[in-house]
Amino acid sequence: MTVHIIKPGMLSSFQDLGRYGFQHLGVPAAGAMDRRAHQLANLLVGNPITFATLEITLTGPTMVFDRSYCVALTGGNLSPQLNHKPLPMNRPVVVRPDDQLSFGVRQQGARAYLAIHSGYQLQSVLGSDSTYMRSAMGGHGGRALKRDDVIEINRPLKEKKLDQLARALWDIEIYLPAPLALTPRRKIRILRSAQWKDFTPESTAAMLTDSFRISPESERMGYRLVGPTLSLTQARQMISEATTFGTIQVPAGGQPIILMADTQTTGGYPKIAYVASVDLPLLAQNLPGDTLQFEAIKLAQAQQLDLLRHQAFEALATTLTPIKSLLNQHTESLHTGARK
Amino acid sequence: MTRSDTATKAIPLEYTLRAQGDRCLSVDFGDEINATTGRICLSAAKLFKEAQLPGVVDITPSFNSVALLYTPEACLPDSQLGAFERLSQAVHALLAHGLPELDTLSRTVEIPVCYGGEFGPDLDYVAQCTGLSTEEVIRLHTESEVMVFMLGFAPGLPYLGVHESVFAIPRRAVPRTAVPAGSVALANRQTTIYPNLLPGGWHIIGATPLKMFDVNRTPPSVLMPGDQVRFVAISAPEYQARHRAEHTTSPSLSSGTGDYTVPNATSQRQ
Repeated sequence: MTVHIIKPGMLSSFQDLGRYGFQHLGVPAAGAMDRRAHQLANLLVGNPITFATLEITLTGPTMVFDRSYCVALTGGNLSPQLNHKPLPMNRPVVVRPDDQLSFGVRQQGARAYLAIHSGYQLQSVLGSDSTYMRSAMGGHGGRALKRDDVIEINRPLKEKKLDQLARALWDIEIYLPAPLALTPRRKIRILRSAQWKDFTPESTAAMLTDSFRISPESERMGYRLVGPTLSLTQARQMISEATTFGTIQVPAGGQPIILMADTQTTGGYPKIAYVASVDLPLLAQNLPGDTLQFEAIKLAQAQQLDLLRHQAFEALATTLTPIKSLLNQHTESLHTGARK
Repeated sequence: MTRSDTATKAIPLEYTLRAQGDRCLSVDFGDEINATTGRICLSAAKLFKEAQLPGVVDITPSFNSVALLYTPEACLPDSQLGAFERLSQAVHALLAHGLPELDTLSRTVEIPVCYGGEFGPDLDYVAQCTGLSTEEVIRLHTESEVMVFMLGFAPGLPYLGVHESVFAIPRRAVPRTAVPAGSVALANRQTTIYPNLLPGGWHIIGATPLKMFDVNRTPPSVLMPGDQVRFVAISAPEYQARHRAEHTTSPSLSSGTGDYTVPNATSQRQ
């Protein structure tokens, strides 16, 4: 029960909701860059949102399935194809033995997420399947996919009545509540930091009015921005402390860096702001070369938006229970390759 | 929310709460790096961990602050308050009576180090900066009583301090792109140990044969926040032998749980 990687794509790695509980030992959380798309993909194939999905960056992989499975692809549109025909995104799809999933030209976004019903068999490290490549930890061999990798899948679908299942899944209408849609925004919402007032008025004004370009040296660890130089009113010695996914720090050069999913656990640069969690998925779908603008919101508003998204996910999980039931009925029981 | 038995004597506290975005609350305990503040942070981190605050998924102590990473919807969602206010209330309640006197849980860990030569290419430079001989640098370093303020930058990478002011040497202007695993390095009155091959700007004075971080061990890190550390000078042959032993087997190093150890309140140099 496997999927065979014919071509790895630019950067494809398994990610879940992150490796928490070890930051006091310096272990980064890692996890999906776009957690909205990650969770959605899992729900669409009847999985718990904690299962790992494959995070696919820009140029997608080519892979062949050995048996029948139910998969869903969410996030950025990288022109997914099943046997060279367009594969519908944001819904469960049945794939059959020898079916080939491949990708074409990027249409929109940067990262797509591939979930498979019953889950991938991965190397859980410190309680998470997330791949943290810098320390070769988690996922599949602690690294991005390589050519000829063979990924074990926990359980295939039963071959019996597969057409019926595919049709039943196809007939399920899926409406994404507004907080779950990836609606483009002109401005990414941020929260001012406690150090905001230590920056010059020109710097804070620039932060909210100017445009910043995402530099080519941007990846899962952080997005380096190119724009107006930001500076403190008075140079001061910062003491290293915890950093988070979404922290916008400003090193000596004055060009901000937004720390992303693979952020280090601590850092010593001044922080000007934090990206509101609700907009991190949007940011994760931006590419080097894209231009960003920011607007400041209050903490209460950010937490309210975050809560609305959480509640929308809970509601969606309820409306999608028919998918879960259908798939559970059509999944082979555990006899070989039992999940760890 | 049980308070530990040692809470009879408490340290009075001054602290402020700070939102780091919408999923992190930092509790700040002053604005300096010193052993007292470090110990307060570690004790607070331990108190927060034991309290099992709802929604808190990670607790990261650092030199003068403790960060609580939380999932807002899990911080009592039926409350009229926002998640940050709710968690702030819980933190205030925990700190209302000060922190427990810290006296029982400290642990001293010995780190063997082969100083100088190929293991410590910057030992001569450090001697030059301090005006000491290399032997004196080694002696001072091995006699230093330092503690683990925090781990960060990479899994298992400790920030150890505070050394005598003679070791107040700024970092290299141009960091090395690759510092070998096990390198023991100094800067700004602190020592770090590189757990794996990493870029770094500290001055490398030696190397330990210990595997500082290994996910196959419980806990994965040799050092924990709060550990007292003593460096022990070893010879090159000793280094080779220890290194071979460390890297061929994967021994379970200690009985720790990956929790914080809180150092002894007595015996500080600062």
